[in-house]
Amino acid sequence: MRAGRYGVYGGQYVPETLMSALIELEETYARVREDPEFSRRLSWYLHEYAGRETPLTFCGNLSRDLGCRVYLKREDLLHGGAHKLNNTLGQALMAKFMGKRRLIAETGAGQHGVATAIAGAVLDLPVEVYMGEVDTRRQALNVFRMELLGARVVPVASGTRTLKDAINAAMRDWVANLGDTHYLLGSCVGPHPFPRIVRDFQSVIGEEARRQILEREGRLPDIVVACVGGGSNAIGIFYPFVNDDVRLVGVEAGGEGLISGRHGASLSAGSVGVFQGALSYLLQDGDGQALETHSIAAGLDHPSVGPEHAMLKDAGRVRYEAVTDAEALHAFRYLSRVEGIIPALESAHAVAYALRAADNLDEDDILVVNLSGRGDKDVADVANVHGGAA
Amino acid sequence: MSRIEALFARKNPVFVGFTVAGDPDRETSFGVAKTMVDAGVDLLEIAVPYSDPVADGPVIERAHVRALRVGTTPDDVFALVRRVREYAPPLPLVLFTYYNIVYRRGVDWFFAEAAAAGADGILIVDLPTEESGEVAPSALRHGIDRIVLVAPTTSPERRQKILRGASGFVYLISLEGVTGERDHLPPNLAGLVGAVREKTDLPLAVGFGVSRPEHVAAVAAAGADGVIVGSALVRVIEEHPGDEAGMHEVLRAVIRALKSGFAPDPDPDMPRRERVEG
Repeated sequence: MRAGRYGVYGGQYVPETLMSALIELEETYARVREDPEFSRRLSWYLHEYAGRETPLTFCGNLSRDLGCRVYLKREDLLHGGAHKLNNTLGQALMAKFMGKRRLIAETGAGQHGVATAIAGAVLDLPVEVYMGEVDTRRQALNVFRMELLGARVVPVASGTRTLKDAINAAMRDWVANLGDTHYLLGSCVGPHPFPRIVRDFQSVIGEEARRQILEREGRLPDIVVACVGGGSNAIGIFYPFVNDDVRLVGVEAGGEGLISGRHGASLSAGSVGVFQGALSYLLQDGDGQALETHSIAAGLDHPSVGPEHAMLKDAGRVRYEAVTDAEALHAFRYLSRVEGIIPALESAHAVAYALRAADNLDEDDILVVNLSGRGDKDVADVANVHGGAA
Repeated sequence: MSRIEALFARKNPVFVGFTVAGDPDRETSFGVAKTMVDAGVDLLEIAVPYSDPVADGPVIERAHVRALRVGTTPDDVFALVRRVREYAPPLPLVLFTYYNIVYRRGVDWFFAEAAAAGADGILIVDLPTEESGEVAPSALRHGIDRIVLVAPTTSPERRQKILRGASGFVYLISLEGVTGERDHLPPNLAGLVGAVREKTDLPLAVGFGVSRPEHVAAVAAAGADGVIVGSALVRVIEEHPGDEAGMHEVLRAVIRALKSGFAPDPDPDMPRRERVEG
């Protein structure tokens, strides 16, 4: 396999101007991975600051309801309210080691922007976050949080004004400011080495979950479920289980249904293409133009997916399924009521799949759902747009 | 001798114009190309519209959006190339594209269509040398020059590697950043041109940020064989919605003004690469 490739996927499809930065990043990353001082400091931030490890909660009510043993990996309890901080602390610390003086990031739902703002604040690096104009409106609370944390939020008015355009804008900024700026990419997408870096920093989720379930149950789970937009929380929990006899299911945004064409399910309904620096699955038309996507969850509203997921799909190692907006909304309300945990709409997709899958599970079967974020950010939207709590 | 070789052998420095195919619509887009040729553009870069042009600044990105809004497809781009080829038989034409457009319909198909339409070169802006293995055979098979990009941030070792796969001319990116007009070009342009010149016999054209007559003069003074202007021309289209006559007139004037940056050449027969000192 070529460096930076996952099977045939991945690669570095970027303008020449960016290559020197990617090469620098690759070299730095190889160095800091071996640096005990880096590991020591990252470990301190993850445990003492961010609140790791996160619980693997056995959900009694949910288990009774579904007729199997259900655990939630509680990334919603990580500081900032989502798994994103695992990656932003890692990359921000790496930027420090590289001598960079400024962080830029893209954000869709706002979670990665908030996590970058947090990491920038605690590590004393100024942060600018690019965010699609549409997303700044539907995630106004997170815009305020980022600003409160000292970050500057730059609304992006080009293209579809969502996550993909925010990534384009951040890449343009990076190309122009390579010397002092680190682009803190928030998902396992983009050119090598980003998918690798993000996966490594997020793998702490799966490493903990694997250890926790072994301690609790004395065996590995039967199924691990996670939502997939770009795919960082999913790759984080899947990766340590890849060589185990454990079913892995990635849940994509089915939007208004795959037939409707209004969805974000690049693995379930897309085709192979090059997008934002990597070869992967992509929602595109016959000419190779990226299609507009739709999801109730801003963080899943993206036309492509990390290249490692593309490989895992082709290899048949991970099954990718789509759940609709309506199913996710139902799961959002259901989990809130049954377990007292309000999931992010993104994570609600994984919960929705668990509800669907439970029919085929026995009571001794163990199901782990990665609850990648909490839903406070979505409460107002659900109340206003989708008709209250009932 | 290819059209690109013939041009650079005949003229120096050359003025390279850029337009996005289908901007602002299919028919007017041909008119834009025609006006550029009539106004003295020596080589035309025609961009294939793409939904996510990350190497481009806001002006050219909006041109991509306009072209896509009227439904411009790669087939329309080839049709445009065909028409420009008929209109200006000796004019070198280079397609400027993002890789997914090429990949989606098939690399060899794309190169074959481009060659049949009369294109001379293809520049794939997001295909660095590491990833370009799959296009090299098709370029060769269909007699299309592979125009490569060299950036100020490209290390000398990479430069060497990139230049090995190059043909036609070399596109030197003047600055760190995306396309788009700037107040100033970087001061070390001559150093960049000189360093690349040492490693290749291909003509060198400088682009990104070139938008004023004094920039054109600076690029020529830096010893480049060509100057590439994009956003400053594309902007004229954007600023004349519904006023085609005015648009053509301003476009001609802008090209004339930019070309005034070229000082009259005392010895136009001598290729610039033979003049570099040190």
